[in-house]
Amino acid sequence: MRGGRPVFRDVNFRVGRGEALVVEGPNGSGKTSLLRLVAGLLAPAAGAISFSGIADREERGNSVGWLGHHDGAKPQLSPREMLLFFAQLCGGARESIPSLLQLVGLSRAADLPCQYLSAGQKRRLALARLKLCGRPLWLLDEPLAALDAQGKSLLLDLLREHLAAGSIALIATHELLGLQTQRLQLT
Amino acid sequence: MRAAAALLARDLRIATRAGGSAVLALAFFAAVVTLLPFGIGSDPKLLARVAGGVIWVAAVLANLLGLDRLFQADYEDGNLDLLALSPLGFEGIAAAKIVAHWLITGLPLTVIAPLLALLLNLPPSAYPALLLSLLIGTPAVSALGSAAAALTLSIRRGGLLLPLLLLPLLAPVVIFGAGAVLAQVDRVENGAIWFLAAISAVTILLSPFVTAAALRLNLSD
Amino acid sequence: MLAYANPQRFMELSHRVLPWLCGATAVLFAVGLYLSVTVPPDYQQGETVRIMFVHVPAAWVAMMAYGFMALASLIGLVNRHPLADVAAKEAAPLGALFTAMALITGSLWGRPMWGTYWVWDGRLTSFLLLFFLYLGYIALWNAIENEVRAARAAAVLALIGAVNLPIIEFSVQWWTTLHQGESIFRSGGPLISAVFLWPLFIMAVAYTLLFFTLLIVRIRTEILERRTRSAALGSSS
Repeated sequence: MRGGRPVFRDVNFRVGRGEALVVEGPNGSGKTSLLRLVAGLLAPAAGAISFSGIADREERGNSVGWLGHHDGAKPQLSPREMLLFFAQLCGGARESIPSLLQLVGLSRAADLPCQYLSAGQKRRLALARLKLCGRPLWLLDEPLAALDAQGKSLLLDLLREHLAAGSIALIATHELLGLQTQRLQLT
Repeated sequence: MRAAAALLARDLRIATRAGGSAVLALAFFAAVVTLLPFGIGSDPKLLARVAGGVIWVAAVLANLLGLDRLFQADYEDGNLDLLALSPLGFEGIAAAKIVAHWLITGLPLTVIAPLLALLLNLPPSAYPALLLSLLIGTPAVSALGSAAAALTLSIRRGGLLLPLLLLPLLAPVVIFGAGAVLAQVDRVENGAIWFLAAISAVTILLSPFVTAAALRLNLSD
Repeated sequence: MLAYANPQRFMELSHRVLPWLCGATAVLFAVGLYLSVTVPPDYQQGETVRIMFVHVPAAWVAMMAYGFMALASLIGLVNRHPLADVAAKEAAPLGALFTAMALITGSLWGRPMWGTYWVWDGRLTSFLLLFFLYLGYIALWNAIENEVRAARAAAVLALIGAVNLPIIEFSVQWWTTLHQGESIFRSGGPLISAVFLWPLFIMAVAYTLLFFTLLIVRIRTEILERRTRSAALGSSS
């Protein structure tokens, strides 16, 4: 429901282990709303969502790796501090932080406050956070936004690795990913 | 617990970095108290009697200063979504935020209050009551404030609304807080500090749940 | 009450009840005001005692309206009833209005009693804070654009206020005794002689009916407005 009117109805899908689902549709078709519903950040007006048998909304959130429109980089904190915080918050391994920063190409900017980072660098930081937390259900909302070609291939590498480990990803995007995925068309 | 501590540490770190709100609230507190004698005159007897009340009112106002950003900053940059998906839960987020707000504003205000009381000629016998009442009462201000801040989360100019929402709710804290100091100035026993402690305890216990409910309704719609 | 919580049934029922309610309110006001004016003056307060007949019922409705608003908020929050949300929303401006009336008539009453329009008397002070509670509630409703979200946020605020009201009342009473001792309004009961009780009672019922009449009219208006709006939205897309 948005402004008292239904955003979509009769949406059904099932994603198995190691599979990805690409959600497509024009602006305003409810891609973000669908991802928020799956994350449990929104309550469905009707219907049910469950992930590996967890139907409770807030409990399901603990399985979700979220990449939204905003990257959540605090302007006052450095990428290293952000990752340290998320490691403590979701129980990721602190030791992996330097290598993660290296992986996403932020080693040199690791101790700079995030306000000096570009949009693409902030997105890379968000990717590092996604891998750090190691959640089994990735929900990526327009993950390619602000990323350059190198950043895009970095995302695809991370995604392939994630799926190969038997995890799941739902991706809302306009662009072609070049991955073997299911597709869900919203109108 | 670890997650809550992480959020608390993060907020403290942000508040103490450049552009943080910790120092600003203190400066505001001092400015209000300093301005008072210009308004009501410098008669030491008069100042001594109103000192407790003025410090309490100024402390409450200083608490309101950065309150609207308590959740809003995290809401706008996407961190609130990430916190909501963490094992913290909304109650955990609320509790960590309340403690952080108190450590950033309430505690420093309490610490510098005796200095300002000195300017207002508060009798020495009333200092313990002043410190104690602020120590007991300011956490309740943070707790009530966090609930109101969570309610106004999605409002762009929520900071303007907060004083209106909080004024009637904070009246008892100011009454008993200032009353406890005045009791020492007048050398009477009025029990204000016990009422303050009771109100504060109830408020602190309930607020994380109320705040969590307010966060839920603002986030998931 | 929940059986009538369906907006459609409410519209039908209120349509039938409203004329009777209006009539009863008018009759009670006529009788009450007549009695208020003709009752003999009080031996202590003189003619000014007549202010009591407009002041005390306003104060009573001001408090009852908050209770009603909090109850409707609770039902709206727990049962997700849109009608309860609307009822709470529409009760607030009325409650604020009656609180303002209680404050104004109270200070008019205070003028001959205390020689000044405003004294930080326990009752007056709590009503001033109640007035701010209403204002905050109304402001929160108006500040949030999303109707569902606004209803829930305002409901939470109304409940916070309801829990705090006894504490506010108690602290203000404590504070006035600390600063000035006994006040005139402190206990209305034993002071009121029997001749005044009937007009006071009738006026209290008249005010209560006035509140509910206005409330029903406001709820009906709001429901109709929402229907018009959603019809306009539906036809445009």
